[in-house]
Amino acid sequence: MSPALQGLITILIGVGGCLGYFYFSNQLLDKVIFPAKGPKAGHNINRANQVRPWLFLLPAMVFLSLYLLYPVVETLRLSLTDRDQDGGFVGLANYQQMFGETKFWEAMRNNMLWLFVVPAASTAFGLLAAQLTDRIKWGAIAKSLIFMPMAISFVGASVIFRLIYVARPADQAQIGVLNALWLQFDGGVGSFFALKVLPAIILLSFAAMVAYVGYILLKPFLGQGSSYSRFGSVLRMVGLAGAAYLVVTSLWQVVEIFSMQLPYGEPQQWLTIPFYNNFFLMIVLIWIQTGFAMVILSAALRGIPEETVEAAIVDGANPFEVFFQIKVPQIMGTIVVVWTTITLVVLKIFDIVFAMTNGQWETQVLANYMFDKLFRANDWGVGSASAIVIMLLVSPILVWNVYNARKEMR
Amino acid sequence: MDNIAGTKSSLTWAVHLATLALVLLWLFPTLGLFISSFRTVDQINTSGWWASMSASEQSEVLRADSPDENRVADGDMYIVNGNLFEAGSEKVISTWGTSSRDISAYQAGETADMGEGETMTVAENGDYIWRGTEDQISGRGQRVFVTAKAPPEFTLANYEQVLLSGDSTDSMAKAFFNTLTVTIPATIIPIVVAAFAAYALAWMDFPGRALLIAMVVGLLVVPLQLALIPLLRLHLGIGIGKGYLGVWLAHTAFGLPLAIYLLRNYMVGLPRDIIENARVDGATEFQIFTKIILPLSFPALASFAIFQFLWTWNDLLVAKVFLIDASGDTTVMTNQIVELLGTRGGNWEILATAAFVSIAVPLVVFFAMQKYLVRGMLAGSVK
Repeated sequence: MSPALQGLITILIGVGGCLGYFYFSNQLLDKVIFPAKGPKAGHNINRANQVRPWLFLLPAMVFLSLYLLYPVVETLRLSLTDRDQDGGFVGLANYQQMFGETKFWEAMRNNMLWLFVVPAASTAFGLLAAQLTDRIKWGAIAKSLIFMPMAISFVGASVIFRLIYVARPADQAQIGVLNALWLQFDGGVGSFFALKVLPAIILLSFAAMVAYVGYILLKPFLGQGSSYSRFGSVLRMVGLAGAAYLVVTSLWQVVEIFSMQLPYGEPQQWLTIPFYNNFFLMIVLIWIQTGFAMVILSAALRGIPEETVEAAIVDGANPFEVFFQIKVPQIMGTIVVVWTTITLVVLKIFDIVFAMTNGQWETQVLANYMFDKLFRANDWGVGSASAIVIMLLVSPILVWNVYNARKEMR
Repeated sequence: MDNIAGTKSSLTWAVHLATLALVLLWLFPTLGLFISSFRTVDQINTSGWWASMSASEQSEVLRADSPDENRVADGDMYIVNGNLFEAGSEKVISTWGTSSRDISAYQAGETADMGEGETMTVAENGDYIWRGTEDQISGRGQRVFVTAKAPPEFTLANYEQVLLSGDSTDSMAKAFFNTLTVTIPATIIPIVVAAFAAYALAWMDFPGRALLIAMVVGLLVVPLQLALIPLLRLHLGIGIGKGYLGVWLAHTAFGLPLAIYLLRNYMVGLPRDIIENARVDGATEFQIFTKIILPLSFPALASFAIFQFLWTWNDLLVAKVFLIDASGDTTVMTNQIVELLGTRGGNWEILATAAFVSIAVPLVVFFAMQKYLVRGMLAGSVK
């Protein structure tokens, strides 16, 4: 049977089956089991209405429990067993083996790097784009063009960016934009400014920004009578530690930049330069996710009450003060939402690394590490163990989301 | 409002310029792929795509026509006349040479003295006159190294190769239909399943409702990676194996949390009066749902449909795990492209075209239905 026909039949069976199930199960409930007539009509109607929600929920519940809940438990179990021993229980041996592998720690380090850089950069660019396009006439067009990469698959985006990073031998014409640009630099004054001073300035302003965020996080501890919960305090401490790490790292990078000898005039295989190639991969995701951040933040910016902005302008605030001190604090909640949503994407990132480097040259990430273990090494145990690690990394956000959703419903 | 404090016009200009720069920066990568997919192999290899509008300079090795068939006598000398390029070529020669050691020894139009009376003249348009004695003008045609400017050239040949050739390594046609086969059922089925559940969660009162909603919110973020091994084992165990049915089921399930969440949030916002009135008038819950709720929820349904379509069309991981078997008959476009990156890593005309074929449909959907996509995103991010 041809797959297209099979697809059509599946649609018919799937949709028709669902509708039929809902229709007939309701009929059965109302007409046969609890008929709304006879001496117990009222009682029957009540009973039917108690059962009905579960009729409506049943197919979804079956899918969710079989395809999402059960796997969580099963993966946990599999991570404690060994395939070679016919699924025998081996305790934490898989985790031990995994923690002993350098590739795993490389993946962890890279994932952490992704975790900081991609949400931060996407949110920052998204906020910038949202603010820039907010008040101009062609803002809608600009937005939809920046938003466009959201429709492009990670694999398609990987091809697009490989075309940018491609390198040819020095005596041939460069067809990758990045190398063509790179060969323009000859080590003179211009190169010094563009490749040393400019990155240093960007890194320093990044460090300053992170330090400022750290300061905001620190405020309640310094001030008196803060009404924050213990959970909040722990989160703040974690954030502070992250911020401190970022500041130190970026300052160290500034020193590195000035002491580094750059190989001018030689085309570079960008994706094979350890450590930095991670950033070339991250750019792909930042390019895609900026549109998402922009759309959400743009809506939030529109929702800010005009009066607050007007009052600030009347009080003599300049546009930058209006943006950073009036607008940004009011959309902080949305920024956090955008940040966590992108964080979730980052934690599961697989396609980009798989298509561009497949984890070579020290670009491994957890999801690709897991895929490797699963389908190349055929090691279900360690594969499951690494999936559990991803789950653990996701769970703070899971708890936070559920907590917020419940708060909102009340 | 902007002119309350007399905002400087210079800032407005800066905003316009910065926006333009940002838009161009974001458009640039896709544009590169798009333009490259229309260029010929020669053009792609000799210049970057950003130079595709201007003439590119290429060096090539050409040969004069074979003397044995084409030479004509001219006194006691022989002459071969002709043009180095194929008919219809618009290339313009700047320099040329007859030896690989010095490929730009002569300007176009100059006559080269090749020793012992043998001469050759090459004009800008490729016309040449090769003149010498009977011995010299024999054997194979003279090699000529030319440096020529080729005018911009665009072609649809890449698309023909990728879509119509049927070449098993390059062909995207089969993968295109496979992707379509995966996508359509995987988009429609979860909508139906989710809509009923969302209605129950939004408008029916029963114990445990809040808990179920919390569970759906929690499942929204459970990584797919956890589901891979147990589900593959399950599918293999119950005989579904790797194939379309498996990938449809998997996509349906993975799309459900978002579908339920989006639809429930939307349905909760529908006016209570309509539903209460219908209940008073004696409509059954099933009727209320199909006749009132579903039509009113169309925007939310459309939002989710676009999400799910983009996600299943662009997916690689789920297809690789649940669909593609060793035979490779059921390969999808994303997987085909990853394989092309391995086998055709340097053939950018094929790669760019294949990638563009795969992103064209989502782009069309995106631009046509952007409104719903934005709406869905705003509703879907957990507040």
